[in-house]
Amino acid sequence: MALAALSTSTAQAPADTSRKSSPVALFLLLPGILYLVLFFLTPLVSLLLTSFKAPTEFGDFGQFSYAFRWENYADVIATYWPHIIRSFGYALAATFFALIISYPLAYFIGVKARRWPLLQSLALVMVIAPFFISFLLRTLAWKQIFSDESFLVTSLKAMSLLAPDAHVTGTAFSVIFGLTYNFIPFMTLPLYTTLERLDVRYLEAGSDLYASPFHVFRKVTIPLSMPGIVAGTLLTFIPAAGDYINASREFLGGTGTQMIGNVIEANFLVLQNFPAGAALSIILMSVILVFVSIYVKKSGTEELL
Amino acid sequence: MNSKPLPTDPMIRELIRHAQKAQLNRRTLLTGAAAGATGLALAACSTGPGELSAAPDESDTNKKVRWDNWALYVDVDDAGNYPTIDAFEAQTGIKVEYTEAVDDNNTYYGKVKDQLSLGRDIGADAVCLTDWMVARLIRFGYTQKLDYANMPNVANNLLPSLQDVDFDPGREMSVPWQGGFAGIAWNKEQVPNGIKSVQDLWKPELKGRVGALSEMRDTMGLIMLDQGVDISGKWGDDEFNAAIDEFSKQVADGQIRNIKGNSYKEDLVNEDTLAAIVWSGDIVQLNAENGDKWDFVVPDAGGTLWNDNFMVPIGSPAKSNVEEMINYYYDPAVAAEVAAYVNYITPVAGAKEAAAAIDPELANNKLIFPDDDTLSKAFVFRGLDNSEEQKYNAAFQSVLLGAA
Repeated sequence: MALAALSTSTAQAPADTSRKSSPVALFLLLPGILYLVLFFLTPLVSLLLTSFKAPTEFGDFGQFSYAFRWENYADVIATYWPHIIRSFGYALAATFFALIISYPLAYFIGVKARRWPLLQSLALVMVIAPFFISFLLRTLAWKQIFSDESFLVTSLKAMSLLAPDAHVTGTAFSVIFGLTYNFIPFMTLPLYTTLERLDVRYLEAGSDLYASPFHVFRKVTIPLSMPGIVAGTLLTFIPAAGDYINASREFLGGTGTQMIGNVIEANFLVLQNFPAGAALSIILMSVILVFVSIYVKKSGTEELL
Repeated sequence: MNSKPLPTDPMIRELIRHAQKAQLNRRTLLTGAAAGATGLALAACSTGPGELSAAPDESDTNKKVRWDNWALYVDVDDAGNYPTIDAFEAQTGIKVEYTEAVDDNNTYYGKVKDQLSLGRDIGADAVCLTDWMVARLIRFGYTQKLDYANMPNVANNLLPSLQDVDFDPGREMSVPWQGGFAGIAWNKEQVPNGIKSVQDLWKPELKGRVGALSEMRDTMGLIMLDQGVDISGKWGDDEFNAAIDEFSKQVADGQIRNIKGNSYKEDLVNEDTLAAIVWSGDIVQLNAENGDKWDFVVPDAGGTLWNDNFMVPIGSPAKSNVEEMINYYYDPAVAAEVAAYVNYITPVAGAKEAAAAIDPELANNKLIFPDDDTLSKAFVFRGLDNSEEQKYNAAFQSVLLGAA
């Protein structure tokens, strides 16, 4: 969604200069537009309308009528502000760790492994391979690995690296770990695609001009790989902020680590408080949109998206 | 939109004009679509809640029943067939489509509520849901009235204690399928002294290893019973708040770490949870699968008793077929066959005798065929009115979300 909104800023420039726009182009766009109207715009409008609903007078559990009850927004912010802050905190941490882990990995695959195409494709397959297993299963596997009587946790306790009454599941650590783990491929692939095209002659030129390796990295490699960094961080941050699987009590989270996605889920499915759930969804979307717009502006990569 | 003067080159000028026109077109299109969507949404809300009427019964011409039920809730053989359902099909010629569609009362309700509120078919003719959810569906008029002329076995064999319930006087809309207790289970190796009461769960040595159910009525029911409240009788905000305070404190202190629905079994198996508030039938099954590792008790202060009930959704065209199927399952011999597999409490009188004929040990299992002593300790959580349901659910969920 954020990407779609951002693309309007670039749409001002004529995208296609080689052909006149014709009814054919519009016709080809029609399925896409219809899809957006049906599956994006309609739900969005319905969500917005729901977020202002008020409880039906003398209504029963989960019955609401259309109204303009803007207090819904104030209510959910007052009740759930820790979850909103926590969600963005966790998402930022996960994005940071995913970037730290993915960058060297993508650099290795995209630059260092160029001489061995076989190794390169093998490494890429290994990055994508986890997708072949349901991510619910993989997350559950981590829950088992982190369980109190598991080999890992008992060993850490035996080595006094973990207090005897400490737990791993249900903590902020396990949730951020899960988020990082699950989103690493989304970070690695865009980084790889830009680093793969990195012209190493620029790096050679840098060192010929007596720049230290660190300097070359900072002044040449990073700016050239910025499109990948921006795409990767967005692809990680946006879904991570709304994620409700990793933080769920059924997976790696606990009562103290619930994120905004879990709150929305509880409001929609258990409490049948649809206006609250809808208001939280709108807030989540707006905050992400603002964050992302600022980020893209600051990193100066609008034209790259 | 664009205040910059157009370039002088006529070709580029033409190109820009085209691009701008295309953009304009797209915008008008989107505005139109937004207006359309708003209209749609408003149209949807204008259909007010009216009196719903049952769909016409086509049972005679269409011999079919679509049955939505919980996982592991009917007998299955090694080949994946359902022996009692197969026998019913052979006996009556009614085809049964059995689906394990119910994972949670709330999520199932969330899935079908919109069709129900319009009186439409939800794709199921018989659904088994828990007492309180059935109570809500009956209150909303989403169920069909059952005809006991088609169900003589139910009239004869339904246990007297279940014949009258506050949400459905005279059982006009619902018939029990299976029931069970919520009580306390513990790992026999790790907790050798056992657990006698809810208070024992708060022992310091169990810190962080205690589990509770995400089903509000079971967890809160046990805590309230422990605090001396008769959960079937009259109680109000004070009693509930005292119990939620205790619950909230134990969660905040880290005494209770895992609060889950069906998946609490994994925590018992991997020993994250050593003692927990659980459902009786699960422990029988877990012990059968993992060696006799756990013990289950209904605390002396009391445990909750619940039933999952058949009901026919308002839009179903197969009510008589469903009645015939319910009647079949109220044959004691059939009920015993199901009980032998699912390990929950059967509501059918005479099933115990029939079970003794299959396996005497089964008939002696107090969790499947509870004796009077066990039953005297089991209480049904009283029905909640609308505002109570909202208030108590919200309070319970805020503990689960860490927002209390």
